[in-house]
Amino acid sequence: MTELTDTTPPVDSNDGLAVLERRGSVAETYGIPLAVLLELTHRCPLQCPYCSNPLELDRAGQELTTGEWKKVLSELAEIGVLQVHFSGGEPTARKDIVELVAHANEVGLYTNLITSAVLLTRERLKELADAGLCHVQISFQGNEPVVADRVGGYKGGHAKKLEVARWTRELDLPLTVNAVMHRQNLHQLPDIIQMAVDLDADRLEVANVQYYGWALKNRASLMPTYQQLEETDRLVEEARERLKGTLTIDYVVPDYYALRPKKCMGGWGRQFFNISPSGKILPCHAAESITGLEFMSVRSNNSIAWIWQNSEAFNRYRGTGWMKEPCKSCEFREIDFGGCRCQAFALTGDAANTDPACTLSPLHESIFKQAERDAASGQDRFLYRNFAGGTPESRDA
Amino acid sequence: MAPRHIQVTETSRVVLPRHTKLKYDETRQVWVILAPERVLAPDEIAVEVLKLCDGARRVADIIDELAATYAAPRDVIATDVVAMLQDLADKGFLTEVRETTS
Repeated sequence: MTELTDTTPPVDSNDGLAVLERRGSVAETYGIPLAVLLELTHRCPLQCPYCSNPLELDRAGQELTTGEWKKVLSELAEIGVLQVHFSGGEPTARKDIVELVAHANEVGLYTNLITSAVLLTRERLKELADAGLCHVQISFQGNEPVVADRVGGYKGGHAKKLEVARWTRELDLPLTVNAVMHRQNLHQLPDIIQMAVDLDADRLEVANVQYYGWALKNRASLMPTYQQLEETDRLVEEARERLKGTLTIDYVVPDYYALRPKKCMGGWGRQFFNISPSGKILPCHAAESITGLEFMSVRSNNSIAWIWQNSEAFNRYRGTGWMKEPCKSCEFREIDFGGCRCQAFALTGDAANTDPACTLSPLHESIFKQAERDAASGQDRFLYRNFAGGTPESRDA
Repeated sequence: MAPRHIQVTETSRVVLPRHTKLKYDETRQVWVILAPERVLAPDEIAVEVLKLCDGARRVADIIDELAATYAAPRDVIATDVVAMLQDLADKGFLTEVRETTS
């Protein structure tokens, strides 16, 4: 069984399902990724303070047109991409979402909708299902409206999400519940797990916030305590065992407290790219936070495959040739590829440095302490994500 | 809703659920199963069996066809096929068509 995400557990090779692309071969050939993330728009009714979109959001007028996205979808199918994730922003903020799903289906792509769900009606969801949509992933900010609607900055959002999740299952679509976790909602994890079971979800993503862009600005308000992390590990392990065969749980840890860095994106330019609303082809959705890299667009005269294989931005941190010490001579260099380039850049100023999440980074101890300081900061207010550069949360005393 | 958990027997009419697609990947020259967040590569035998899982044939029919094609003892084929289908069903890649009484 081949994994699309690093969080998917590897599968026993004796079960009749062989590995499609064995580890190693991809690094040498830079084969076309199996799945691509399409960020159709940065517009979103929610304002989550940890949004993975860049601080500098693409405006509606910069977005690819319906015709351009259709051309992209056809080209992706032609070069061997098998799955597309329609994401954003909020992908259903695009009026042409049904048309795009239908087109993807026509050209043979497997389609996944990654949505906040708050803009969906039952009719719209039915249209999407009829257009060939294969899977729905809904984000939840908590297990009840007080915390959830505050985090999302959208009143009534939680109730709406529950409703859409039920429609999803009524329409016989598989459902993934995505729960982004941080200090202010981790206490709800047991209830979130139960909520996913009650909603008849197939998968639950317990994704601790990763600190780039908006989340980095909100780090003091979001960083969990070390005790919370230990408790989370325990809860996830217990739930995985208890819910085997009912609910698959993918788990992303907050890496400031980790010992080894994550193999971010499976390694830069190895098995993943995404396309931004304005058509830029990126090695990861946070890549634009690294200054000095120029990302090419589907609007350029080059094909998507050419950009993936040859563009300077993809080649810059591919493989191991770009590495400095301690990565360069590290025995794990082809296991984690030095962690996350965006985090290395955000915390050290040089994307070619070791990700400080690694114990071998000279900064490791200081970010661990930074996490503990943030967690104990007493700062709870958010800077909400929006096109105006963020709005500080105001609360009635 | 299609049933999530099924017990595969010779009378089951198994079929891939709508969110699971068996497809020949021209680029990589290999059969794949597309599922949520996953791409799987079934082996040759699994592909042969899955192609027959059309919701019309019963598992018994599939076993008969395979026994004829490979000129192998039916009981051996039956054991292997049921085990393989149950395994795929447990992973969520197979469901069954149930008779509806009207």
